[in-house]
Amino acid sequence: MPDSSSSSDIVIDARAVEKSFGDGSDRIHVLKKVNFQARTGEITMLVGPSGCGKTTLLSAIAGTMRIDAGDISVFGSDLVKMSGGALTRFRAKKIGFIFQQFNLIPTLTVAENVGVPLLIQGVSASKALKRSREILEQVGLGTRWKDRPNKLSGGQQQRVAIARALVHQPPLVICDEPTAALDAQNGEIVMDLFRQVARSPDRAVIIVTHDNRIFSYADRIARMDDGEIVEVKEQATDSAPEFQHEHALE
Amino acid sequence: MSRVAPLLDLVTLWPLPSTFLSYMIGLALKMLFGDTAKYLMLVAGLFFATFLIVQQASVFCGLMRWTTATLKNVAAPIYVVEERVDQVNETNPMRDTDVARIRSISAVRWAMPLYSGIQRVRLGDGSFKTVQLIGIDAASLAGAPGRMIEGNLEDLRLPNTVVIDELATERLSSNPKDPSTKIKIGDQFEINDVEARVVGICQAMRSFTGGPYIWTTYERALSYTPSSRKMLSAVIAAPIAGMTPDQAAAQIERETGLRAYVNQDFGANPRDIATPKGNKYGDFNTSTVWWYVKNTGIPISFGTTVVIGFIVGIAIACQTFYAFVLDNLKHLGALKAMGMSNFRLSIMLIVQAVTVGLIGFGLGLLATAGFANGAIANGQPPFYMPWQIPVAAFFAIQLICMLAALMGIIRLSLYEPAMVFRA
Repeated sequence: MPDSSSSSDIVIDARAVEKSFGDGSDRIHVLKKVNFQARTGEITMLVGPSGCGKTTLLSAIAGTMRIDAGDISVFGSDLVKMSGGALTRFRAKKIGFIFQQFNLIPTLTVAENVGVPLLIQGVSASKALKRSREILEQVGLGTRWKDRPNKLSGGQQQRVAIARALVHQPPLVICDEPTAALDAQNGEIVMDLFRQVARSPDRAVIIVTHDNRIFSYADRIARMDDGEIVEVKEQATDSAPEFQHEHALE
Repeated sequence: MSRVAPLLDLVTLWPLPSTFLSYMIGLALKMLFGDTAKYLMLVAGLFFATFLIVQQASVFCGLMRWTTATLKNVAAPIYVVEERVDQVNETNPMRDTDVARIRSISAVRWAMPLYSGIQRVRLGDGSFKTVQLIGIDAASLAGAPGRMIEGNLEDLRLPNTVVIDELATERLSSNPKDPSTKIKIGDQFEINDVEARVVGICQAMRSFTGGPYIWTTYERALSYTPSSRKMLSAVIAAPIAGMTPDQAAAQIERETGLRAYVNQDFGANPRDIATPKGNKYGDFNTSTVWWYVKNTGIPISFGTTVVIGFIVGIAIACQTFYAFVLDNLKHLGALKAMGMSNFRLSIMLIVQAVTVGLIGFGLGLLATAGFANGAIANGQPPFYMPWQIPVAAFFAIQLICMLAALMGIIRLSLYEPAMVFRA
């Protein structure tokens, strides 16, 4: 698997990662000795057809799934050697999650939802809410902090999810199909936000997607197929990327 | 080491920061109350379980208490009965000379004859009612009712006189629904064709058979009763000063071969002479209750309902709570992915389960109190709720909730956080 970049700013380094599901003849090799790197200050996209293993690789990097073989280093921490409890604490501190279906808790207000990662770390409720409102201002939802998520549009809910992922200032942001449930206009707003988030020199953003409308936002695209990374493409994004309003074929 | 690692993980997650704990409780409750349908279903299930368990157990206890009503209404520290008698409502007649035999025992301060039997009263309109007839010693009036409401107990020594309980004033009236027809002092009726004139009305506990109590003297009670060779039902007695009822009862049994029981409830009545408490020797109350437990289908009937209440509670609470966890699995999974441990998520589920448990239990107990209020006002069905019943029901309901929470915890712990990525 080609990798043309220098390794000085590599913060996520997955090597020879293997993962299978099932037993015996039903065993499916989802990841086949995958090597993957991501860098700070960049958006790295994992793309490929459905079932190619990109979500499994993302789960392994996020520490939400154990791998069968290989090594994964995230900001210098060896995830493979970590205990369950250590992994849980690692995720709480180091990773911000953005899910395809937003996964906002409907009975909490927008601000309470955003404050969840801080509260998990033991920050007081008043401080968490203050910080939540600050970050909601940044994503343009400062006036909606009291609302329930179901009062917001899909794009607004995803922005709340982004705020939640960033509120505790994690160095790694993991996004799973962030624009899959959004229309073009909201997708563009969300991707512009990601662009700003990824420009931090201390933060890496990994996006799993097969939405080719957003490929232009990536600094690096790793294409997966049948459990392997078949291509890594670096692309210049110095000029403002454009959201592709036409659906091109994968 | 592999066995120790999860334990170490658990230890490192403890103690929970207080802010986190209060947040967890708030979050758990918001999630619970947010799903109104399931919340109400859970509370309803636990409400019915509590009501069934507490109400049925209390009615059972009330019924069992009624079986010992004679022991409470006819107060005496020691009951001496025929040797094969196991319970107070069963009367194997004794010889009249047994009274003198018991009086001759050095441990006995006094011993008086007692007649107790069910007789039929003929009312003014020609109808009949059954009553619990009690015949007591005319000289001492030992075994007389504890609380007189009207009349004078000593008037019982006048010819053809009786003292009736409050229930009799209604039951023996020509029209029980009309308060103006209630039996009052001076009214007359017949017991087995013999005249009985009311000279007093007293307070008494209702009997197991549901019939009212009527007191008269021992000799007159025999005249009200069809004659037979032996008619003495029991001898009531008291120990001499410095001796406990247990010791006296043991001595009576030893020297007469009769069965002597102590009456633990003696002393609750203001007319009772104080005796030492804590009797353990052959308590007649316990013996009577156990007789009914062993020889009737009453405990099985009530026990079945209590068990059904428990099972219904488990079925509704576990099924609904599990569905609640499944519905919230993607949110709980997201929390798990974001770094919340299984331990902390389990606390959330336990908080939710305990909360619905407390609310359901509280409402169930409130409904039982309403039922009790009606039962006590009407005098039936029997209702007696010792403190052990709500305490046991509380733990039963919390057990149901813990089982429900456990099912959710198991489901959640099996849920890999990576699943949250699979929409």
